[in-house]
Amino acid sequence: MSRFTFGGDEHIFVEVDEAMSLEAFFTSLSMTNAVRAAGIDGVMEICPANASFQIKFDPDRIHPRALMDRLRHLEEEAGKAEAKLDTRIIEVPVFYQDPWTHETLMRFRERHQDPDGTDLEFAARINGYETVEAFIEAHAGAPWFVSMVGFVSGLPFLYQMVGRSRQIQVPKYLRPRTDTPKQTVGYGGSFSCIYSVRGAGGYQMFGITPMTIYDPRQEVPYLKDFMVFFRPGDIVKWRPIGRAEYDRIIEDMQVGRFEPRMRDVVFSLDDFNADLDGTNAGLMEALYAG
Amino acid sequence: MPVEVISAGIMTTIQDLGRPGFYHLGIPMGGAMDRFALRAANLLVGNDEGAAGLESAFLGPELEFTEDATVAVCGAELPPRIDGEQMPTWSALGVRKGQVLSFDFLRLGARAYIAVSGGIHTPPALGSRSTYPIGSLGGVDGRAVQPGDSLPLGRASGTARPGRSVPDALRRLPGSLAELRVLPGLYWHRITENAQQGFFDDTWMVANEADRMGYRFKGGRQLEFVPREQPYSAGSNPSNITDACYPYGSIQVPNGAEPIVLHRDAVSGGGYFMLGTVVSADMDLIGQLQPNTPTRFVKVEMDAALAARKDRSAMLDRIRETTA
Repeated sequence: MSRFTFGGDEHIFVEVDEAMSLEAFFTSLSMTNAVRAAGIDGVMEICPANASFQIKFDPDRIHPRALMDRLRHLEEEAGKAEAKLDTRIIEVPVFYQDPWTHETLMRFRERHQDPDGTDLEFAARINGYETVEAFIEAHAGAPWFVSMVGFVSGLPFLYQMVGRSRQIQVPKYLRPRTDTPKQTVGYGGSFSCIYSVRGAGGYQMFGITPMTIYDPRQEVPYLKDFMVFFRPGDIVKWRPIGRAEYDRIIEDMQVGRFEPRMRDVVFSLDDFNADLDGTNAGLMEALYAG
Repeated sequence: MPVEVISAGIMTTIQDLGRPGFYHLGIPMGGAMDRFALRAANLLVGNDEGAAGLESAFLGPELEFTEDATVAVCGAELPPRIDGEQMPTWSALGVRKGQVLSFDFLRLGARAYIAVSGGIHTPPALGSRSTYPIGSLGGVDGRAVQPGDSLPLGRASGTARPGRSVPDALRRLPGSLAELRVLPGLYWHRITENAQQGFFDDTWMVANEADRMGYRFKGGRQLEFVPREQPYSAGSNPSNITDACYPYGSIQVPNGAEPIVLHRDAVSGGGYFMLGTVVSADMDLIGQLQPNTPTRFVKVEMDAALAARKDRSAMLDRIRETTA
């Protein structure tokens, strides 16, 4: 059972689970979808997070306790529904060990657990990988769920679609950096992220993507409809690229020629739990077919 | 018909009532920290309550008018001058073409709201002109106001009557010992009973890190956590949780040391536990707290929070009546 609590007189906060898991994420996402579908008067914002979610409401239009009762009821309903999600899978090119995050991580070395190595070397070692290359293979191998979009401007948090024993875990920097390049692919706890804008950050830096994911001017063709690319529930596959391809994509981005590879897919949690590798293989087929 | 910015103070931004609806993507509602003061200023100059005005923190700007207008300054006691002549706050003031609006030093509060008849008419982003610099949204090219900017104005309603003012009883500023009402909740159970009691007993001081994103407080006792084995992915510090959403007004206490109350430009989520939330009726007051203001958090229940909200709305209704 989820834990329901008030965030003042304008928010209800629902903790599905204290711990992160795909089940908790999926329950949270389904619940927020159910709340949206219910079209409750007075509900202002619906924010799914990793293993919890939050509803902002106008207490002049609906009494906080009435809304909480309504949400508890929806939880019962959502529990009966099949855990299926219409979503999309997106390929995101990543230039691992790029010169820009490298320059930044060297600049903030005294804030790191391992001042003599790089963030990737540290992450590979503490997760039991022999080489950085093998670690990158694991990071870029199985796909990821966008489990939350937020912190600032369209920043996605991602959780890898593998069993717990294969999850990568890396602590954040000892003290946060004051700088992170835009579009850095980062890692903290059991989450990957893409920094949507340049700024402070505490996640380990693995690489950088040339793909724009936040465009307030909406000049990028695929962000014309909306300035934020990611939505909770998106599935992401990282594709390692080198310098030459990175430069080419940046050039394509600048002239509005780049379109991310993506496909619509249906994800079933039951199918996934029954056969992780098979489900992930199916997602790859869908992404790369045609 | 713009307003020319001669100087911009420390931090002057264009703000309206914000852009709700995008918090789930990490784009906060934004808008005036003291919404009550912005509404009052707009009403005085005959604008819609939600028209965009200027929010000036601690030090006022210097503005030259290129046409006749009505202005009003509400919120902090930041006394305006027109061509050097001192004018009252919370009042509709006539300004003629070519005149310069400047400000004396701040006397009380922290943020003044400057409304101009017609409202500031910069291009909206996601339905609002509010400035959100992190996401380069709203304001002037997504940033705060700078010297040399020309701020376009909308069409004035013509209903402004210079000389009108908001009665003293309806001007709302925090006292010299500020009190912020808090509804405990969220991860309240994570701290011991002793710590729960201590949080409300202690007098806190506003720290220097006090901006549109959040207000930090210091000087109270360290909070003790209820021991537990940290859940998977929550991080090792007892103040950590699995990254979650942060309500506006929620109070997080990293490492149990210094509480931070998130405000209009909040980060939408993160990995720190929160012990409760400042009630909606008191959010405006936070924007008027100067660093080093002694502050008490006052524990309330939901019914008291809703009653406080009702009182606030009634006050605003009375301003609507007096300015109609």
